[in-house]
Amino acid sequence: MDLLPIGAPALPLDEAGKYVAGAYVVFLVLLLVYVAIMAAKLQRIERELRELATFAEARANAEEAAPQEEVSAP
Amino acid sequence: MYGTGLRPLSIATVVLIAAALSLTFFYAPLDADQGFVQKIFYLHVPLAIIALLGFVVGGVFAIAHLRSGDRRWDAYSYVAIHMSVIFGVAVLVTGGIWAKASWGHWWVWDEPTLVSFLIVFLMYATYYPFRYAIEDRDRQARYASVFAITAGAFVPLNFMAVRMAESLVHPRTFATAEGGLPGEMMFTFLVSLAAMALLWVTLVKLELTAKSASGQLKRLRRALDAPTSGGSSRVAPEVS
Repeated sequence: MDLLPIGAPALPLDEAGKYVAGAYVVFLVLLLVYVAIMAAKLQRIERELRELATFAEARANAEEAAPQEEVSAP
Repeated sequence: MYGTGLRPLSIATVVLIAAALSLTFFYAPLDADQGFVQKIFYLHVPLAIIALLGFVVGGVFAIAHLRSGDRRWDAYSYVAIHMSVIFGVAVLVTGGIWAKASWGHWWVWDEPTLVSFLIVFLMYATYYPFRYAIEDRDRQARYASVFAITAGAFVPLNFMAVRMAESLVHPRTFATAEGGLPGEMMFTFLVSLAAMALLWVTLVKLELTAKSASGQLKRLRRALDAPTSGGSSRVAPEVS
C-alpha cells in the first residue's frame, strides 16, 4: 500500500467544494430515488383500490338486479 | 394506522435537516486540517451511526417477533434493516468521496473502519436473497428473525473490535481528548445526527404505511373474492 497523504494540506475551496457538493448531491439523489419508488408503490395501491371499488360496485349492482329478475319471471 | 402522524413527522424531519445543513455550512468552523472537505463529516458519520443502530433495532424487533410470534414485528424488523441498507449505500458512497478528497484514494483496504463497515453492509445485503429464497411465510419470518438477531449482535461486537484496532488513517473522532470536537462542531454534529435519526424514523414509518395499505388491500380483495391484478410475486412481509 502506498503511503497515504495523511499530513497533506487541506484542499483549496474550489476543489474541496466539488467533493462536498458531490457527497451531498449523492445523498439527495438517493433520497429522491427512494421517494420516487415509494410514490410509484402508492400509485399502484391507489389503482388497485380503484379497481376493487369498481368490482365491488359491479357485484352489488348485479346482486340487486338478480332478485328483481326472479320476481318478474312467471 | 401507520400513517397517523406521518405528516408532522415529515415536517419535523425537513425542518431538522434544513437546520443541520444551515449549521454545517454557516455555523460550524472550518476544520484546521481538512478545511472545507470536513463538511462531509456532518453527513457521513450520522448516516453511518444511524445505519448501524438501525441494524441493531432490526435485531431487537426480530427478538420481539420470535418471542411473541406476531408477524408485525417481523415486518418492522424487515423495514428497519431495509432502511439501514439504503443508509449504508449512502455511507459507502459519501465515505468514498470523502476518502478521495482527503486521502487521494476512493477506498483503503487495510483500514479496519472502512472494511468492517463493508463487511456489515455485505452481510445485510445477503438478507434479501436469504429471505426471498424461502417461500413458506412462517419459516421465512422465523429464519429472517434469526438472521436479524445474529447479525444485529455482530454489529456492536464489530464496532468495538474496530475501536480497539489500531487505525491507520481513519480518525477516531470521539475516542480520545485529542480527537474530540470543539463545541460548535459537536453541536452541529448532534443536530445532524438527530436529523438523520428522524429521517430514518420517517422513512421507516412511510414504508410501514405503504406495506400496511398493501396488506389491507389484499385482505379486501380476499374478502370480496376479487380477481388479483398483477402485483409483486415476492413473498414480502406484510403489515395489516
